[in-house]
Amino acid sequence: MKTILHLLKKEFAQFKRDRSMIAIVVLAPMIQLIILGYAANMDVRNIPMVVVNYDHSQHSRDLVDRFVNSGYYSILSYAESSSEIDSYIDRGDAAVALIIPKNFGNDLYAEKRPQLQLIVDGTETNTATTGMNYASMIISRYSQNIMVNRLDVSPGSQPAARVIPEIRIWYNPDLASRNFMIPGIVGMLLMVITINLTSLSIVKEKEIGTYEQLVVTPIKPYQLLAGKTIPFIMIGMADVILVLSVAFLLFGIPVKGSLVLLLFLSVIFLLTTLGLGLFVSTISRTQQQAMMTAVFFVMLPMIFLSGFVFPIENMPGFFQNISYLLPLRYFFEILRGIFLKGIGLTDLWDQALLLTLFGVAIFSMSALRFRKKIG
Amino acid sequence: MNAITVKNLTRKFGDFTAVDNVSFDVKRGEIFGFLGANGAGKTTVIKMLCGLLTSTSGNATVAGYDINTQPESIKRTIGYMSQKFSLYEDLTVSENLNFFGGVYGLNERDLNDRIAWAVEMAGLTDKKGALTGSLPVGWKQRLALGCALLHRPQVVFLDEPTGGVDPVSRRRFWDLIFTLAEEGVTVFVTTHYLDEAEYCNTIMLIHAGKIVAGGSPRQLKTEHIRYPMLEVNCTGIIESLNILQQQDWVIESSVFGTLLHVSVENEEAGSRKIKEVLSEHNITVHGIERIVPSLEDVFIHLTDKP
Repeated sequence: MKTILHLLKKEFAQFKRDRSMIAIVVLAPMIQLIILGYAANMDVRNIPMVVVNYDHSQHSRDLVDRFVNSGYYSILSYAESSSEIDSYIDRGDAAVALIIPKNFGNDLYAEKRPQLQLIVDGTETNTATTGMNYASMIISRYSQNIMVNRLDVSPGSQPAARVIPEIRIWYNPDLASRNFMIPGIVGMLLMVITINLTSLSIVKEKEIGTYEQLVVTPIKPYQLLAGKTIPFIMIGMADVILVLSVAFLLFGIPVKGSLVLLLFLSVIFLLTTLGLGLFVSTISRTQQQAMMTAVFFVMLPMIFLSGFVFPIENMPGFFQNISYLLPLRYFFEILRGIFLKGIGLTDLWDQALLLTLFGVAIFSMSALRFRKKIG
Repeated sequence: MNAITVKNLTRKFGDFTAVDNVSFDVKRGEIFGFLGANGAGKTTVIKMLCGLLTSTSGNATVAGYDINTQPESIKRTIGYMSQKFSLYEDLTVSENLNFFGGVYGLNERDLNDRIAWAVEMAGLTDKKGALTGSLPVGWKQRLALGCALLHRPQVVFLDEPTGGVDPVSRRRFWDLIFTLAEEGVTVFVTTHYLDEAEYCNTIMLIHAGKIVAGGSPRQLKTEHIRYPMLEVNCTGIIESLNILQQQDWVIESSVFGTLLHVSVENEEAGSRKIKEVLSEHNITVHGIERIVPSLEDVFIHLTDKP
């Protein structure tokens, strides 16, 4: 136990003197949070739109107003004919063009089912799909309105039984990507910082030769293991608390569920990342190798396949299956669950169990390999 | 009793045999010099003895403990200083000493005594708070030795401790080694400075993984070079060397600075023949003198053999 304390004291004395490392551990999470919180906004607002209105009726103007008032669209320009649309879209000035045919208003009232044409620039798929969804929502609401109005003006007719869908979004009512991203950032940072610090601090000692000096002392492998992981658990958890505080103070996103549960499951998740860090250290001789291995073979695949950026539901089946093998996936689900939904262990039992199983398996295998390399 | 006994120790790395069936003994309290060119296998032997590497076959004991079965006991009784400076450069002198003393399990009082001793020994009294990385190489090496000695080891392994150190610091370092040996510590040191080898009680020469000779410096010089060695002072050293190497009566010849060392069967006849053959090639011979071979002569003699 005393030996472990000596190792911890040494590790923190070195850390204290490494100003660039302190900067990385404190500033990197903030920068990530601010960039992903502000810039990586996947919400679609103010889509630039060109309107070609052949109708010029009250109804068509009404429809265009609805597009503008929704907040999702802004009118870039009114064009005289549809032939002008090409240049707007080609230059990328407009993402959507709305073409309202002649007699749109009259046809609507004559129940002739008038056709509207919507042209969407598909190069940015995210904007395109979201834009299309918004447009069809606006148009269908508009037509519903007209129908209801007509029922009102002709009281004699029988009102048809109809269901008007009312969509209500739970947990993230503004559909702000920030709310989705920030719990993800907690997981990502925890992973990046602990995998890197663990593997680099071991490989650095190999590189400068102090590792050998440690191995000839009576330090036991488990003591070295503790000395090389406990400091990073502490730093990792400090970063989690830092990120949670900034998320609350800067973005006003509080943790809805139990903070204690969140922190506890974060420690469980650290079993996985510390294990991976140890593993990387056993296969790397230089810090560069360790860094590259950790980034390209461990962290990026995990981040991409665990639903941090791309929803898992949209992946091909093969990759969906792979994502079940990634503990980060479960941790993301846990984070978002506790953070946004405020759910507890009863609802997150499966994820917590799998996270623990993976963590224990990965950590013990890496620890064994680490031990063997020393002995 | 021997501090170290090595029997048929072998270490292979794939097909390459780094240490090939090596056997020797080191007496308690002696300074044991392990000599060899780079890559001869010196460090591999040390690493096996310290428990940093496992042996492929063979056996050895250090301070009475078996390297294959009791590595943990060995770790408590030895000190080790590697070829590469390996203390924490980003810790201060006293932080390094505290850390290594701590992991060797010294209690607080003992630790403070030993740190005071080590600082005194290494001449670092004023530098306790200095960052280790800021010290000159010679000072770092003395600090490393201090760290390796905190727990009063019976056997100390020093792997090229004076590499890259200036002559004054080298001499000072060797004075520390003499003091240790006087106190009864066994010092196992590798070097490729042959003047340092002269300081050792026993020398073992390793070449391509095999022990080629061993004994006291005097024994090595007298037993292995049986023919008279002549030092030739002449013009055109390289040309002369080429000429002499073609003569069948020349046993061995090599360049030493601006002089040639030539061994022949008979001092007088050899001396005469050298003058004759060099004069034929218009080379002026300033003088020929019989010398006591140095360890370097022995080293070249032993390792040049095909």
